Amino acid sequence: MEPIDLDLEDGELYLTADPMHLNMGPSHTATHGTVRIVLELSGETILKSDVQIGYLHRGFEKMCERGTWAQVFPYADRLNYVSPMLNNVGYALAVEKLCDIEVPERCQWYRMALGELARISDHLTCTGAMAMELGAFTPFLWFVKAREMIWDVLEEETGARLTHSFGRIGGMASPPTKDFKELTKASLAKVLSLMEEGEKMLLKNRIFIDRLENVGVISAAYAIALSWTGPCLRASGQAYDIRKLHPYLKYDEVDFDVPVGTKGDNLDRFLVRMHEIRQSMRIIEQVCERMADDGPVSINDPRVALPPKEDVYTTIEATIQHFKLIMEGAKVPAGECYSYTEGGNGELGFYLVSDGSGTPYRCRIRPPCFPIVGGLSKLLDGSMLSDIVPTFGSMNMIGGECDH
Amino acid sequence: MSKAALEKLRAKFGDAILETHSQHGDDTAVIASERWREVCEFCRKDPGLSFDMLTDLCGVDFPERAPRIEVVIHLYSTQKRHRVRLKTRVGETVDEELVNCAVDTVVPVWAGANWFERETFDMYGVTFKGHPDLRRILMYPEFEGHPLLKDYPAEKTQPLIPYRETDEDGKPLEKQAPFGPDEGMSFGRKHFTNGGEA
Repeated sequence: MEPIDLDLEDGELYLTADPMHLNMGPSHTATHGTVRIVLELSGETILKSDVQIGYLHRGFEKMCERGTWAQVFPYADRLNYVSPMLNNVGYALAVEKLCDIEVPERCQWYRMALGELARISDHLTCTGAMAMELGAFTPFLWFVKAREMIWDVLEEETGARLTHSFGRIGGMASPPTKDFKELTKASLAKVLSLMEEGEKMLLKNRIFIDRLENVGVISAAYAIALSWTGPCLRASGQAYDIRKLHPYLKYDEVDFDVPVGTKGDNLDRFLVRMHEIRQSMRIIEQVCERMADDGPVSINDPRVALPPKEDVYTTIEATIQHFKLIMEGAKVPAGECYSYTEGGNGELGFYLVSDGSGTPYRCRIRPPCFPIVGGLSKLLDGSMLSDIVPTFGSMNMIGGECDH
Repeated sequence: MSKAALEKLRAKFGDAILETHSQHGDDTAVIASERWREVCEFCRKDPGLSFDMLTDLCGVDFPERAPRIEVVIHLYSTQKRHRVRLKTRVGETVDEELVNCAVDTVVPVWAGANWFERETFDMYGVTFKGHPDLRRILMYPEFEGHPLLKDYPAEKTQPLIPYRETDEDGKPLEKQAPFGPDEGMSFGRKHFTNGGEA
């Protein structure tokens, strides 16, 4: 029999010599999110890497300049689509800072509870996906099952599973449902058991540990210089948690710890996220105890808050007010402010500039994972090709917010 | 936020601090663009300020003003736990073209500024002098204009770009058959089996 490669001289397949160039992505099976990593390899060692983003760019900031202040909420939802409630709350707080509004106490507790639920779902997604990319499919399914339970609670509250658009300037869209506290407590118990089961399975797995430990190490000082925040910075040992250091809402009245890592490797980032889930559960328990069962969840300020629906249909004043707020938007006083909250991945900042009209003049979002992914290539250079997957997984890149 | 930081900057740089304000508790200093880098370095190194983290860098466009683009940074100190906002103003419109739209880079001061400056370059056309790798980041290289400028219409669409034949330096790309117009087609792979002959 003839060898089949006899007539291959013209179109011969060859691998370029050292260094070899390799494209990873934009759509790669072992990375979640659309990101392209251009690699220069010597054997399996990465000499140089170039992380390219922008595949999910949707012009969020440009779109914000076209609608009213309230119309930014649906966009904010779609920034970080695994913890949209945190974005909603973060944006609402930013506008309220600009208007000098303080929302009622019950609303603050409610925002905290929903925000922490979103944080749990964010961390579950990140750690689950990271495990799946390393070949551990079962914990991923369990974590997603746990996440479903959280989304059930959020669906019960907001009517939507993923993109809630539930925040409002000066409050929330509707008060907590009657069963909110019971439902949350019951779900959290189930989530905790699922999470612990999955965690045990991973942390007793030699392969999983070996691929995470001492891989992607970053020092606290360098992480700060790279503008890292959130779990990735805390894993390096810097206890920078905005909820603790610069409390907003009612975070100064609840009791919780800030888990920090020691080495700043992938395993630390994994463990910090797992512990943060437990801390979020602690916060939610305290919120459930302290949140009043009745009271307003929105301020009663006709300049920004929509009137109750029954008034809109029965009185002319409320109809006009509703019309003005919807068509022209709430007037936000001219000025600028930077408001920051602890998002799922770190500091979620909104820098708002208002010219006094009903439309944002500039709505800048500071997405936490943008600088984190920006520092990714520094971590990859010099490591092995197979380390990309766990390192990238532990960053928790969310395309929506990273690419604006 | 820190009022003391503003006092310190005013005392140290005097005229280079064009204005200051503290709206909503956010202390802000506007800095002459020529001394931007110097002020940033001072903020980073001065032991009383020690702003070691650049939380954000972005641009804001005011087309009716004379230097029309504001470059805004938000700084945080992990030791002192205070924040400050610094701004500088660059760029003018002459015959519908942006000129003088350049400011010194702060990447040597905070490594994290790299992508933020690339983004501001991409979105506003601000050139950061001395930036190690000033490329577009969110848009693609062939994109024309800077989308977050107020005079860039939001509805504007740009044509699809043809398949790239050369890389960014102009060198021809060594592409093999599955790329190009035949991409994904079974006949596109003929190259691999019998040397391009059908």
